[in-house]
Amino acid sequence: MPISITTPLTREKARQLKSGDSCLISGVIYTARDAAHKRLCELVEQGKPLPLDVKDSIIYFVGPTPARPGEAIGSAGPTTSYRMDAYSPIMIAQGQTGMIGKGKRNDAVIAAMKEHGAVYFGAIGGCGALLSKCIKKAEVIAYDDLGAEAIRRLEVEDFPVVVIIDSQGNNLYETGRAAYLKQK
Amino acid sequence: MRQITPQEITQTVKKLCIEANCFLPEDMKSRIQSSLQEETWPQAKEILERIVENYQIADATARPICQDTGMACVFVTIGQEVYVSGNLSEAIHEGVRQGYGEGYLRKSVVRDPLDRVNTGDNTPAMIYYDIVPGDKLEITVAPKGFGSENMSQIKMLKPSDGLQGVKDFILKVVEDAGPNPCPPIVVGVGVGGTFDKAAFMAKKALLRSADERNPEPFWAELEVEMLEKINELGIGPQGFGGKTTALCVNIEKCPTHIAGLPIAVNINCHVTRHKTEVL
Repeated sequence: MPISITTPLTREKARQLKSGDSCLISGVIYTARDAAHKRLCELVEQGKPLPLDVKDSIIYFVGPTPARPGEAIGSAGPTTSYRMDAYSPIMIAQGQTGMIGKGKRNDAVIAAMKEHGAVYFGAIGGCGALLSKCIKKAEVIAYDDLGAEAIRRLEVEDFPVVVIIDSQGNNLYETGRAAYLKQK
Repeated sequence: MRQITPQEITQTVKKLCIEANCFLPEDMKSRIQSSLQEETWPQAKEILERIVENYQIADATARPICQDTGMACVFVTIGQEVYVSGNLSEAIHEGVRQGYGEGYLRKSVVRDPLDRVNTGDNTPAMIYYDIVPGDKLEITVAPKGFGSENMSQIKMLKPSDGLQGVKDFILKVVEDAGPNPCPPIVVGVGVGGTFDKAAFMAKKALLRSADERNPEPFWAELEVEMLEKINELGIGPQGFGGKTTALCVNIEKCPTHIAGLPIAVNINCHVTRHKTEVL
């Protein structure tokens, strides 16, 4: 049975999640990808306030297609996370507890996750049409000039993810593949 | 001479951009379905089922299969007897502009690789022309997502590296990519030519039907062998383990220099999209 998660994701809740857990996320999450992360981290460096409440937040690495009339959002699957590796440790130190993306993360991100208690969730890449059905509301809250890369506040219901890397650093990309190869 | 107007070209490109992004080609669908039947690892099966569900939703609602609606790669084959009464390249860019606008597709192109300001309409398209005998004009639009594009590699092997070098490089690229390009992937390979020609052939190889093998038996067998080897790596759908790492391997080759053995591997995801129309 999948674990239901309601945001905000506190550090205590984040630390209970284990690599390989299937989860359904409900509540508010934020979108940000390359360009927005760059701007957010510049603000952190300058000691200025951020346009979103980072504490206990989940950030979804996504740049959706435009919403058609009458729809909350267009297709909205995860983008490859390693491009955010330069920024995620800074965001995690600011209080972010969850990331949703796909693909590998580097050692610096995993170290920050272990130190502060954060998790890295995976959503299925290339399934943007399916995943968008779980997004009930979307509103641009910063960097409208970035188009698809603007920061959006999303209201999600039962958004399906799996814990790829947990706050102890266990990694499904390593264990899942090893388990498959062992039984093969 | 047969005359084709720029308006006809714009309309065609616009339609192809929208349809390519929303409707997965049948050969890919049947490849995914057959992989689902052959896959034994439970989590891998479940992911493949979601992938099927996703393209079915896209089909039914004419919605983009993936949010990365790509850079528009446009392959144009022009018959020598065709006269285009206007600016052909501009007609293609205009088709992309209209298709990505009216089709609610994502605008993913920046005007300069370093200043990174979005062009706002997904132009320019990446256009490749080929001139052939005849009076037809064939246009293929292949939207290329960058999650997989970023995992592609090129290498100038030595002639002494030979067949083994080719095999090792293909496996290395897939291994390096791991979960990043949204496996199951399609692997396009270009062998021979020059540095740029190898990369071009690798991209062109992605346009070939999943059911079609290289016409030369040696290369066709290599495609089959490499697919088997890739699917023994255990990366699996989304990289969580399983058999289905790749759906097909398409290799194109051409003559090369006595001193060289160029090889390029262009990775694509399970959303390998392209649509063609002949005017």
